[in-house]
Amino acid sequence: MAGTFRFELVSPERVLLSVDADQVVVPGAEGDFAVLAGHAPVISTLRPGVLDVTAGSVRKRLFVKSGFVEVDPSRLTILAERAYDVEELTAASLAEELKTAEAELAAAKDDAARRMADTLVGELRRLSARAA
Amino acid sequence: MASLKDMRNRIASVKATRKITKAMQMVAAAKLRRAQEAATAARPYAERMASVLGSLASKVADKNGASPLLVGTGKDQVHLLIVMTAERGLCGGFNSNIAKLARADANRLIAAGKTVKILTVGRKGADNLKRDLGRNIVERKDFQGVRQLTFAHAEGIANRVLEMFEAGEFDIATLYFSEFKSVIAQKPTALQLIPATVTEAAGEAKGGAGAVHEYEPSEEEVLGFLLSRNISTQIFRGLLENSASFYGAQMSAMDNATRNAGDMINKLTIKYNRQRQANITKELIEIISGAEAL
Repeated sequence: MAGTFRFELVSPERVLLSVDADQVVVPGAEGDFAVLAGHAPVISTLRPGVLDVTAGSVRKRLFVKSGFVEVDPSRLTILAERAYDVEELTAASLAEELKTAEAELAAAKDDAARRMADTLVGELRRLSARAA
Repeated sequence: MASLKDMRNRIASVKATRKITKAMQMVAAAKLRRAQEAATAARPYAERMASVLGSLASKVADKNGASPLLVGTGKDQVHLLIVMTAERGLCGGFNSNIAKLARADANRLIAAGKTVKILTVGRKGADNLKRDLGRNIVERKDFQGVRQLTFAHAEGIANRVLEMFEAGEFDIATLYFSEFKSVIAQKPTALQLIPATVTEAAGEAKGGAGAVHEYEPSEEEVLGFLLSRNISTQIFRGLLENSASFYGAQMSAMDNATRNAGDMINKLTIKYNRQRQANITKELIEIISGAEAL
């Protein structure tokens, strides 16, 4: 184990989270991948999903909605347009998100957008099922 | 000659005005601090975005199939000017400076035979440009009653712009906003959005770090994703810079107004006292000469 690395979650409005993490599981566009310290440099887009952050004894789960990730050996930066702490998500806010996501899905014009919206709806459904 | 009572009223009214401008200045100062914080907080995202975009674009730029968002449509016939101003006035030359810059560019383009379309953000800009460029305004967006600007607002504008671009309604988009230099200096700025201006320096700094990234799904797809995100990020940055500039401009305008009102009160008070003395002297002379005549 090479120890910790800097993990930063940045939204357009502010830096949401900046911690020294041991491991982060990232929902990449081509599948989830775990990042440990010393990971090879990668830039990837994100699909809607849950980030799993382990920092020492603390575990944090965050829901992110599209964005991209930049991995360096000593640093992991995630630029996400929207991110929520899974613990703080309530059934009501989930339902609202789900509604906008479904509207997006219905309005999606091309395949890529439809796929994106579809994943989002799926993820949200799963989360709300767990919250209920 | 104004009577003493008139002058007293005048002084009272200027004093009331000074109270209002003083209050507005303090409100603007408080809001300026918040707007500045928001602008600072938004910086990391924009910087990371720019650096990744820079390193990617320098790699992909020479390929022919690159996104039109980066290389343009190959034409420069139709220009879209996105003019961002504030919702309110009482801020000195803030709104008119932005409008002036946009108007100068629009007139230059029209004179060169190009088609100009204008999208205004904020009520004041639309009002300002309506008179001579009203025909060119294709859309206006207002944020009246919006207390806190969020990324969703920027996204709304960006989506509309992208929609228009995909429909081939324009070739080049330029963003007009006021850059926040300091509380007393705001600089109206034009920034080309489409095709994207990529800062080479950012790309080189990234390359200098020796990091060779792998891209997932592929360089082109990541780039395409980033380019469309870049529009909303830039617009968001423009909105934040604008709001900080607006409060800065309003603060200094109100500071000036407060000082002017103070000067005016001093002058009026002096005049009032002179007048009062003159009246007393006149009355005395009248009484004395009346008594002497007896």
